[in-house]
Amino acid sequence: MSRQTHTKSPRVGDGALFRRTLIALTLIAGTVLVVAPLAIIAVQAFSRGFEYFAATITDSDTRHAIFLTVVTALIAVPINTIFGVAAAWAVTKFDFWGKRFLIVVIEIPFSISPIVAGVAYLFVYGLQGIFGPMFQDAGIRVLFALPGIVLASMFVTAPFVARELIPLMQAQGRDLEEAATSLGASGFRTFWSVTLPNIKWALLYGVVLCNARVMGEFGAVSVVSGNIRGQTNTLPLHIELLYHDYNTVGAFAAAFILAGLAVVTIIAKVFLERQGAGRRARPTLAAPFVAEKTQ
Amino acid sequence: MKIRLNDIAKTFDDFRAVRGVSLDIESGELVALLGPSGSGKTTILRMVAGLEYVDEGQIFFGDEDATSIPVRERGVGFVFQHYALFPHMTVGENIAFGMKVSKTKRTKAEITARVAELLRLVQLEGLADRFPSQISGGQRQRVALARALAVDPKVLLLDEPFGALDANVRRDLRRWLREIHSELGITTLFVTHDQEEALDLADRVVILDQGQIVQQGTPQEVTRNPDSAFVVRFLGDTNKLSATVMGGTADLGGASLAAPALPDGKADAYLRPGDLSWSATGGGIPAIVERVIDRPGNRRIIAATERGEPLEFDVPPEIVVKAGDRGFVQIERAQLFAAE
Repeated sequence: MSRQTHTKSPRVGDGALFRRTLIALTLIAGTVLVVAPLAIIAVQAFSRGFEYFAATITDSDTRHAIFLTVVTALIAVPINTIFGVAAAWAVTKFDFWGKRFLIVVIEIPFSISPIVAGVAYLFVYGLQGIFGPMFQDAGIRVLFALPGIVLASMFVTAPFVARELIPLMQAQGRDLEEAATSLGASGFRTFWSVTLPNIKWALLYGVVLCNARVMGEFGAVSVVSGNIRGQTNTLPLHIELLYHDYNTVGAFAAAFILAGLAVVTIIAKVFLERQGAGRRARPTLAAPFVAEKTQ
Repeated sequence: MKIRLNDIAKTFDDFRAVRGVSLDIESGELVALLGPSGSGKTTILRMVAGLEYVDEGQIFFGDEDATSIPVRERGVGFVFQHYALFPHMTVGENIAFGMKVSKTKRTKAEITARVAELLRLVQLEGLADRFPSQISGGQRQRVALARALAVDPKVLLLDEPFGALDANVRRDLRRWLREIHSELGITTLFVTHDQEEALDLADRVVILDQGQIVQQGTPQEVTRNPDSAFVVRFLGDTNKLSATVMGGTADLGGASLAAPALPDGKADAYLRPGDLSWSATGGGIPAIVERVIDRPGNRRIIAATERGEPLEFDVPPEIVVKAGDRGFVQIERAQLFAAE
């Protein structure tokens, strides 16, 4: 489009000064708050050269922390994804008594400090706790072991998928599912070929957020894991430990890995979206249609 | 397939949506459920489809009690108000969906052939590869119908089928649906709040108010012999004049009507805009013209009687009349009911 001559007064909020100020403010805030700290992590991680960086991250404790973080995510994210889809489906497609209460329950982890969750798990599964002795007798370690870490991570991230899906599924209503059922589709078939294709991007976004949070969770995990180096230390806990050891470069190197895992997740999301969009140009939601008279 | 509703009722929380409706729909009949919003018509349709549970009463398909048959096995074709086309599937895939999920296995070739046949039926050949978002509202409506017909339903149910379309498209589609119905002869029940639509399309009109049937019959029966003032008012524009009945004659203050069936006392006369005529002199109810609206086929006069009752009626285009004129209104025909 050619440059407009300034004969007309600009529309509201369209003035050049306003626009430039807004863009500048956003850029400055973005740089100071997001880009700069990330850049510093990268710079610091490599401040003593690549050799040192490599040595730090191949340290057995660090490797174990990375391993533990990835394993936790591989367990917690799929379970919470299934939970989120089931909860969103129940809340949006059915009417039942206590539905509002269920929505509130799903959102509790959002508003509760993760430390509180950790302490609660300590109370429930600890040796003095409710189920602690039972699991102890069965020879299962929940606290200060992988199950506790996974449970705490799951508590904190329980709402992520459901929260992404509920508004979308509410907006979509029940017509599509009713149509599929009236055409003879089973419940599973309806979910698989009608509901899922229409929520897949929101679902993917929820999964990415959930994964990022599981990998980055500090508070709840720090309470239940016991911070045992090389055994129950996840990556965020390990970073703090290194920092307290005055191993600043080591801490930054581990932080760099954690940030790297997040970036990999985001790249995976973008890649999947591209794949989905490129393979078949299917509109997910009804786009505004071009009026075209029939007959 | 003959459908019989036997005293069905449905309550949502504390709202009694349907209160004891009994209705017989003959095989091959095209029936309209007509009523204002909240009259329970959509709820009845959804109960017939199995999309809502029936609280009381039974629904029979032929001789079989279908009340507790789940939706997916009930064999109905349901066309939703907003079509509910699957946005991620093409028109062809939408139509094929019911056949693909059916327990009756069909080969790919059979499905393709049937989709082509249905697209021809709904006059949308060549649009099979479009997505619902790429076609017009009227075309979506026809795709929804083709999709519902694909599974050879025993009954076709349509919820406000033309509600979201503009007037011209609506009229065309109405005629077209009528043709499809006579071609296929499938028992069809549709819901509408549009009187014109119901009268234009249906063999029989069932008028509902507050969850109950107030009258049913052919379009001719319900328009010519309405049972109640509600039906008169609901079926179209009408004027109401109060009258006094004495010895089988109703006095409207300047005009009188025979009212053999009414008891002495207060009554209401209902007059359609076409039931009244206008003359400048003599005979009739004295009135003063407030406004004249010119329309393509006639002139609509908005007037008031001397008693202050408003009147709206149509006169031929050549009648000379303007706001402020005084004159007389003659009654060609009227429907009288005892005052409410």
